[in-house]
Amino acid sequence: MRIALSVKNITKKFGDFPAVNNVSFDVEDGKFFSILGPSGCGKTTLLRMMAGFYEPTSGSIEIRGQDMIGVEPNRRPVNLIFQHLALFTMMDVKENIAFGLKRKGERGKKVYKKVEAMLERVGLSGYADYKIQQLSGGQQQRVAIARCLVLDPSVLLLDEPLGALDLKLREHMKIELKQLQHQVGTTFVYVTHDQSEAMVMSDYVAVMNKGQFEQIDTPQNLYYHPSCSFVAQFVGENNKFVGTLKKESSGNFSVVLENGKTLQTGMISSLAPGERIELFVRPEAIFINQKQEKSTNLLYGEVKEVLFEGGNRRLLVVVEGSSQEVIVALPKNKVYDMIKVRDSIKIGWDPAESVCFKETGVKTYVEL
Amino acid sequence: MGRDENYRTKNQYGGEMIRTLHNKKSYKIGYNAFIILYFTLLFTPLLVISLLAFNDSIFPSLPWQGFTLDWFFGKGPEKIGIFHNSRNLKGIFVSFKVAVYVTLFSTTVGTCAAFLFEHEQFRFKNFFYFLMIAPLVVPGVIIGISLLIFATSIGLFLEHTIGLDVRALSPGIFLVVCGQASFITTFVSLTVIARLKKFDRSLEEAAYDLGARRFEVIRYITLPFLRPAIIGGAAVAFLLSFENFNTTLFLVGADATLPITLFTQIKDGSTPVVNAVSFLFIFCLSIFALLNFLITTRKTKQ
Amino acid sequence: MLNSKRSKIRWSFFVFFIPVFLWLMFLFVLPNLELLRMSFMGSRFLGERGFTLGNYTSFFLEPIYWLTFVRTIGFSLLVTFIVLLIALPVAFYITKVTKLKLKGLLMTLIMVPFWVSEVVRVYGLILLLRESGVINRILLAFGLWEKPIEMLYNDASMVLGLVYTTLLFMLVPIIGVMDSLDDALIEAAYDLGAKKVVIWWKIIVPHSVPGIMSGCIVVFMLVIGNFITPALMGGKYSSWFTQIIYNDFIAHMNWNRGAAFGFLLLIISSLVIWAGMKITGQKISTVVK
Repeated sequence: MRIALSVKNITKKFGDFPAVNNVSFDVEDGKFFSILGPSGCGKTTLLRMMAGFYEPTSGSIEIRGQDMIGVEPNRRPVNLIFQHLALFTMMDVKENIAFGLKRKGERGKKVYKKVEAMLERVGLSGYADYKIQQLSGGQQQRVAIARCLVLDPSVLLLDEPLGALDLKLREHMKIELKQLQHQVGTTFVYVTHDQSEAMVMSDYVAVMNKGQFEQIDTPQNLYYHPSCSFVAQFVGENNKFVGTLKKESSGNFSVVLENGKTLQTGMISSLAPGERIELFVRPEAIFINQKQEKSTNLLYGEVKEVLFEGGNRRLLVVVEGSSQEVIVALPKNKVYDMIKVRDSIKIGWDPAESVCFKETGVKTYVEL
Repeated sequence: MGRDENYRTKNQYGGEMIRTLHNKKSYKIGYNAFIILYFTLLFTPLLVISLLAFNDSIFPSLPWQGFTLDWFFGKGPEKIGIFHNSRNLKGIFVSFKVAVYVTLFSTTVGTCAAFLFEHEQFRFKNFFYFLMIAPLVVPGVIIGISLLIFATSIGLFLEHTIGLDVRALSPGIFLVVCGQASFITTFVSLTVIARLKKFDRSLEEAAYDLGARRFEVIRYITLPFLRPAIIGGAAVAFLLSFENFNTTLFLVGADATLPITLFTQIKDGSTPVVNAVSFLFIFCLSIFALLNFLITTRKTKQ
Repeated sequence: MLNSKRSKIRWSFFVFFIPVFLWLMFLFVLPNLELLRMSFMGSRFLGERGFTLGNYTSFFLEPIYWLTFVRTIGFSLLVTFIVLLIALPVAFYITKVTKLKLKGLLMTLIMVPFWVSEVVRVYGLILLLRESGVINRILLAFGLWEKPIEMLYNDASMVLGLVYTTLLFMLVPIIGVMDSLDDALIEAAYDLGAKKVVIWWKIIVPHSVPGIMSGCIVVFMLVIGNFITPALMGGKYSSWFTQIIYNDFIAHMNWNRGAAFGFLLLIISSLVIWAGMKITGQKISTVVK
């Protein structure tokens, strides 16, 4: 497998502040690779270093084996799709797409043939003479992509390009982008704070926080097997319990919460008893009116809110005797649809479904 | 209710609300009369000039002695119209020539200044910016005399050391262009800077990303964006140059610009040919202003 | 941004810097320095290397010079004040009283007379006001008086000319600033029972102060440096400081003294601008159009 992009120990400091702190990763040719993280985590800085608009403080970037340090943005075999697209409003669609080709010195009919072919590729045949202002948001997106792809870059970089679109269009574009990437075969490196984008489109996702990668994995693995607290909280929804680790006489582990309640949990190798622990369990792993089985965790609580979201229905439950809130996903078979606010409820889950990490005190948006 | 009506009125007619607020008739009449008087007085001098340009009399004054176009086309001997009056024609031609040079200079240097102050970083940038604005606050007379002295000093110095007599450094068209350009360039810079400030620099980055070099970026992306401001600046520069007097006064040589010739003719007394020239001036400018007005109103309607 | 590539001094910087530098140096800075230098030299142009304060002392010693200077400043202040008084109601009318469509037209109308050269404008006034002028002829014809009155060539006509010539420069900044006043404030004041004078004094004028200040600065500067109007419309005894400078250069060929006077004019003009900006606390570029 050829490596399209190789980043080794990249650091970027602004003054003393490390926006990107010793990041390394490789991207295989032809893959869709996303970098996912909250605002300010350094993902855009990282992307701009790949594009050549920033020079790294230390570390190296290689595109298809060639070192990119010191290479100007206009000489790199990568192209960048800007957040607000940066389309040239003083030109029409075909001139925008032809721009890069002309800068390479190509002229004449050849150029416009390529432009036409690319327009067809992105589904905009016949729009060659349109002014940028006449196009819709989605169409402008496609022009931006076409403008870069026509240059056949080794890597295409995308800086949160779907942010300005409304929901329905965004959903549609996610699928389009994924399909386009498959068809064209170019390596995509996609930066976003929106996890649904990253999860839907990518082959691999790197979760970034405070200048560093927390975990690089497939979307499925990130979701089901997060390697740390941050990833567990940032990717998808998760319920968090804080407590102290205890080893049972039976050899199993449990977590003792603030209010004294104990939760069973699965095998943990890297943690020692007595340590402060964060335990996570997904809303869809929790059952309602769980039958008491030996190793099941059971909690009693009152329904605080019923969150209706069309196909997804969830309950916000306050655990008895504490202020802990738990989100429970309602099953799609509508069996429990009669539950109302202020109902008392019994919930539980299989200990094997939870994951534990050493307490980090990391908060994501939800808890702030 | 009355209140609601007023609010609706306001939304439809902008400021009319204020007028309906206070209904004292005498006040309304008085205020409107004042404004009408103001506009009348504003245009009366120009109207008088224009009317008397067609008066069949040797003196630019009443009584009215009949309508004539002689002050435009007359060949003489008594009445020489503009188009045969070499002095005025020369004035127009010289003014035009000077204005073209000044416009070229100020538009080019002004655009450079805009790029310099908006897109480049360097030490003492603020100091130079202040220096650029300064010509605007110096009286035109001072700009004129300072340039006159400076040019003469250099001229004398060259003559005494190298024995070179540089004609351009004595009062003449070259110096007039220099004097006018010194402050008109500032006007153009400010116009272009204002537009450049609104430029989205990510377009530049995108152009780089697509393989363009610096001068290509400027040529294909930034300059097209600046075009309206550059054209507007050039128009302003041309007008300012054409009508300039104070600075030109000290720098003119044998060939005088139109304002200078007009001044001399007015001071010494002249025939209505002066009116004819003035009328042409007023006429051309009114057309220009009308066009400008129509273009801008059409743009906002779009 | 691209600025992070500080190690490379971009050639583009020089392409832009050099023309601007040359322009400012040769067409502005050096001439003014030379002006200053000349003002300290003896009266023979080649400058007998004599550094002398003679040019400046002659200013203070001879009454005609500093009297004219003081007169010029005084009249400039008067003109500025008159212009302000006229401009305020006109500006208010244009911004607040007219319908939007009419407003654009009026704005263009007030600009037209000012693109025509000052020479032409003054000529028009002369044709109206002089002894053989239009006003006299008409009023004679109507029998309002028997002999034509010379209305020109005195202080009053000069002030009139100066006011006429600089009105626009006060109007534009004030219109700009009044436009930004929300009509609702005025309505609210009425609603709370305020009278017209109070509204002007407490709401409109304070809001418009920045525009008023810039207008005053620009008008003062233009009036004090004006040449044409006093020369054509002023009387024998109403000379203007710019004429003294002109005479020194063109008539007496005393460039050194002319330079000194020019420099004094520059200082006064700059002081007023500096003071005005300090009061309003701005350092913005003046009105372009």
